[in-house]
Amino acid sequence: MMTKERLTHLKQLEAESIHILREVAAEFTNPVMMYSVGKDSSVMLHLAMKAFAPGKLPFPLLHVDTLWKFKEMIEFRDQRVKELGFDLIVHSNPEGIDMDISPFEHGSKVHTDIMKTQALKQALDKGGYDAIIGGARRDEEKSRAKERIFSFRDKHHRWDPKNQRPELWNVYNTAIQKGESVRVFPISNWTELDIWQYIYLEEIPIPSLYLAKKRPVVEYEGTKVMVDDDRVPEELRKTAKEEMVRFRTLGCYPLTGAIESTASTLPEIIKEMLLSTSSEREGRLIDKDQEGAMELKKIEGYF
Amino acid sequence: MDIIEYLKKHENKDMLRFLTCGSVDDGKSTLIGRMLYDSKMIFDDQLSAAESESKKYGTTGEKIDMALLVDGLQSEREQGITIDVAYRFFATEARKFIIADTPGHEQYTRNMVTGASTADVAIILIDARKGILTQTRRHSFIVSLLGIEHVIVAINKMDLVEYSESIFDEISKAYGELADGLGIKNTYYLPVSALDGDNVVDKSLNTPWYKGMPLLSLLDMMDISKVQKEEDFRFPVQYVNRPDLHFRGFCGTIAAGSVSVGDEITVLPAGKTTRVKSIIDAGKITESDRNAASEEAFAPMAVTLTTEDEVDISRGDMIVHTKALPAISNNLKVMLVWMDEKPMRPDRVYDIKRATSVISGSFEKINYKIDVNTYERMQVEELGLNDIASCRMVLTRPIASDNYKANRLTGSFIVIDRITSNTVGAGMIVGLSRRETQSVAREYSEAEVALNAYIREHFPEWDCKTV
Repeated sequence: MMTKERLTHLKQLEAESIHILREVAAEFTNPVMMYSVGKDSSVMLHLAMKAFAPGKLPFPLLHVDTLWKFKEMIEFRDQRVKELGFDLIVHSNPEGIDMDISPFEHGSKVHTDIMKTQALKQALDKGGYDAIIGGARRDEEKSRAKERIFSFRDKHHRWDPKNQRPELWNVYNTAIQKGESVRVFPISNWTELDIWQYIYLEEIPIPSLYLAKKRPVVEYEGTKVMVDDDRVPEELRKTAKEEMVRFRTLGCYPLTGAIESTASTLPEIIKEMLLSTSSEREGRLIDKDQEGAMELKKIEGYF
Repeated sequence: MDIIEYLKKHENKDMLRFLTCGSVDDGKSTLIGRMLYDSKMIFDDQLSAAESESKKYGTTGEKIDMALLVDGLQSEREQGITIDVAYRFFATEARKFIIADTPGHEQYTRNMVTGASTADVAIILIDARKGILTQTRRHSFIVSLLGIEHVIVAINKMDLVEYSESIFDEISKAYGELADGLGIKNTYYLPVSALDGDNVVDKSLNTPWYKGMPLLSLLDMMDISKVQKEEDFRFPVQYVNRPDLHFRGFCGTIAAGSVSVGDEITVLPAGKTTRVKSIIDAGKITESDRNAASEEAFAPMAVTLTTEDEVDISRGDMIVHTKALPAISNNLKVMLVWMDEKPMRPDRVYDIKRATSVISGSFEKINYKIDVNTYERMQVEELGLNDIASCRMVLTRPIASDNYKANRLTGSFIVIDRITSNTVGAGMIVGLSRRETQSVAREYSEAEVALNAYIREHFPEWDCKTV
């Protein structure tokens, strides 16, 4: 379908995302880009690198470290900082550290609230950012399908889904009052398949956790959880088995279900995805807490 | 098929954005659910979630309610209506599709306008039992206003009229007249049943008289391309990239046409002229090559241009070919869609964002308001939520202006309230205002307003205007 005069879908998506990133850099005084180390963050980082080349990124990256991320994610993150030379800010909730919050002990709801949602709010308040770039996509979940690309947040970081600004053409309203902010989602219109195809095409580095490998896993709350360190309760750890698994999303290891897989290369992952019958968030425990869970979390300030 | 081969093929897909227009009763969400479901993009676990919700809120009895697959926000699921624009995605062998799913009721006109602004194609749903309704006229008007050139008329619920060919023909003919009146260029008619899937993905056996393609094939094959090279080059400067003293690049997204190294360019509105020294195509940049040079680039690429001469260029400027200059004016005739509860008044000053520039201005005169249902023109003093009107827009600075019909990205703008910062309107440039005037919307100090009042009171023979 592509002629010289018409860009492929990936090139159109890429151009749209770059336009959005440049709009943020041009219009806001103190922007920041969320960096979660996952595949979507990797694509965003790649797009930002393209948008501002030959210069450096005009904004820092922010990683909210819940202290329960896979070890490899942290290594990968620090490696990318070295290779690309961007500014990275890492924040963990000090109150959560004092309380020794653990998803195994306190449950996913409390852990996510304190170590993720509250930690994010702290980091944003501390930084005083007026624009926060995030990697959410509209195909991930139903309530995301309605969120704007430039999504307004009040002083308390809250989202009002029923009172969103109209967003037309590629003209984004970046005007805000003091204390308010905007969450910007440059890859809103990408699907999971687009992301993988783009990673493959552009040879974007991603953590190897996405690729299948023998890993020690235990059955925990209906999913397979990897034993990433000895904070997994001992009675659980005793049941660990080596299995060929990979991860479709990356987050806190106790809350990220592994899937059985033999896909150890990118094309194999994409093939598996095409034939798969369950959507990406299935392995993510936090969405299942209650019906409309994501919508509620988002209203409260979760990404 | 080998996966590597598959990936090669799918890297080269096209993308098409379409809008669906219709109300709850027309089965719009059902049609979208059907397309997503039948194109196998609805995953099993999302499907089982819809099954359990069907029992709670569903309106289709024992069948899975397709609409629940697409209605996103919890409040909407409970009310069974779509109140906001939602974007959905699916792909076929040939194309990736982005659906703007918008509400059909009159009180949500602004949402439909929003969805229409980025769409290449519109699907208008008509209930076969009811034919063309007021809402059909409203939806068609908005579609033509927003410059959508391709309209697919899906005549739905054919199962409830026994797949009658004559009913289909009658509605098609009536719609053809409506489309001609609005100047909609390309129309396509399909008999469908969204609930049962007739002519959605596969050709239906119930309509042997229908010789056209089913909906998905039509969306796959229809030609929406424009010849970029024939359009005039338009480049709104978005961001000035100055990493060091040696490099000064002008970043932006090409809004129309194409550009090559060596082209003579003019920077508007100032009118300075230079040549293109180099083009960096952001798409070609890699981690190892951060200066990917191209000889030429075309819309809608995101690029960085450098110039032969050191000219003063900043965000909000428009770079064009010297041989194809647009008109420059601060006095424009526009079609305005009002999107805020607080009415638009001609004496108020707003911020107007067009492409990458933000300039304050007013809508000094409302030429007429248009009734979206009857297309009647009315004289009004102010505009309320969802009103659409022809206005004269006067800006405090001139801009390089294109008509919306010729260029969607440089002929459109949004209106921002200067106090709340909300997006309160959206508009399309129709042409230059015939009445040239030097008066620009400016803000007056308290003393100036008092002076004006004094003059009006004591020197009525001066015919002094109110500020």
